[in-house]
Amino acid sequence: MDFWKNPILAAGEWLSGIFVGWGMNADAAHVLAAFVGILLLISVVMVLDIFLVWTERKIVARFQDRIGPNRLGPFGLIQPFADIIKLIIKENIYPVGVDKMVYNLAPIIMMTSVLLLWAVLPLTSFLGLDLNVGVLYLIGVGALGTLSIIMAGWSSNNKYALLGAFRQVAVMISYEIPMVAALLIPTILAGSMGINSIVAAQGMSWYIVLAPLAFLLFLISATAELGRAPFDLTEAESELIAGHHIEYSGMKFGLFYASELLHTFTFGGLIAAFFFGGWQGPWVKEIPMLGLLYFLVKATIGYWLFGWIKYTMPRIRIDKMMDLNWKFLVPFSFVLVMYVALMHALLKDTSFYALGMFLSNILLGWVTLEVLRRSARKERVQVEGAAVEGGHH
Amino acid sequence: MTVAQIIFLITAAVILGSAVMVVTTRNLVHAALWLIVTLFGAAVLFATLNAGFIAVVQVVVYIGAIAILFIFAVMLTRREMNDTGPGLNKGWWLSAVIAVLAFGGLAWLLQGWDGLSKTAPALGSDFDSIGLLSNALVSPEAYVLPFEVASVLLLAALVGAVYIAFQRKGEE
Repeated sequence: MDFWKNPILAAGEWLSGIFVGWGMNADAAHVLAAFVGILLLISVVMVLDIFLVWTERKIVARFQDRIGPNRLGPFGLIQPFADIIKLIIKENIYPVGVDKMVYNLAPIIMMTSVLLLWAVLPLTSFLGLDLNVGVLYLIGVGALGTLSIIMAGWSSNNKYALLGAFRQVAVMISYEIPMVAALLIPTILAGSMGINSIVAAQGMSWYIVLAPLAFLLFLISATAELGRAPFDLTEAESELIAGHHIEYSGMKFGLFYASELLHTFTFGGLIAAFFFGGWQGPWVKEIPMLGLLYFLVKATIGYWLFGWIKYTMPRIRIDKMMDLNWKFLVPFSFVLVMYVALMHALLKDTSFYALGMFLSNILLGWVTLEVLRRSARKERVQVEGAAVEGGHH
Repeated sequence: MTVAQIIFLITAAVILGSAVMVVTTRNLVHAALWLIVTLFGAAVLFATLNAGFIAVVQVVVYIGAIAILFIFAVMLTRREMNDTGPGLNKGWWLSAVIAVLAFGGLAWLLQGWDGLSKTAPALGSDFDSIGLLSNALVSPEAYVLPFEVASVLLLAALVGAVYIAFQRKGEE
């Protein structure tokens, strides 16, 4: 029974026991077993990534009233493998004037920045490091992603790539602010920055009930952070072609593509962990392994949510996008953090905590919409008035 | 040698090597990228010292903000990325002497210190360094005043930046 409570720990101890049996130092055996575990997790995640390509293509096909890949294997499941073979056997092209070292490093750092997120993703109650700075760690790892984009854009020796990278980095840096604020709210509610502790604190009610506005804020800023539609400014085909990865071909482009999909799935996992209760679910106390299933189902729902947004929304112009961030999301996120913290402190010990938090969030959302509607109406009246005056002259 | 020592030696070698590359490489963007390696090495050192918060803040602030800003500034202001001309100026020997003296002095000072041979006491698993730090930042006996002064300073910088960039109506 002990094994099924925490199979990973048991397997790790068994493995390091074998290493010690080969005459290895106990410390070194522990480190080596941990490395094997990391390698295993990365392999599983990369295989998952292969199927994400298929899922993504199926989702977009359904939204566009098509069938999607359906020729190779059942439901076209073998299609991604054919794509990978094609990418691998492509010629390795270096455009004139690229900075080879930086050019080759950029896709690797991109992928690494996504894989590093899996270190703190709470797959079950015992899997996933409960770092006491978990939320900050997410932001720090995001910085590596930003870095890889600017490296790719600069080293390609292509003006479009550089412009695309500038745009993308500007977006990522600006939308980081509302994202951090949105992540502060689960931190305040749970009283911990460890992601697994945040999930553990959602036993009674998920944070999407307690803080629905924080969920929306996180969803919007995460979409921008991922560079997906409606915020995929780097992929303005008519002006910038494809942004920072224009000059990449073969598997290097494949890494960018794969890391984008995996990044999206990882953020689906983060949404699951922060707002959908992560591995929480019925009978999870008795059988902890069930948590993995709950988490993956919720993460897939989060992933599908990003796909739904991407294939429904038209692209936003860059100045509108910056306006949305700096004039609305940033001030709103600051107000929201203070409001939720205050409400949490007031309602914490009452019997109507969940209901009160939900209703107070709805109230704030309604007030915000009303303020926005008024200011938009005023602006419209001004514009229309100016147009009428212009007509008289 | 313990695993921690091996990790420390590798990290120290990476920090020193990349720091040398920062000042010797001709390409300014490469110098900024090497600087990121150095800063990352410092973050690894903090992490091995059980200072997880400082390690992550090092990455967020120095790599996520300052290094990116460096790269932006270099890319936007320079047409030619490769610096020409001598890498050393006439006073190079003076700084070499000062560096050697500082290193020698520190080594001499620390020679008699017994902290170098002691192992750090193990922290309990419930040692809440973040909780202690955050309480210290808001408690009046500790650092609430410097903390608030720093935030006022940042606010002033923000207002100043807005004032400089602000375009009054009718003034083109």
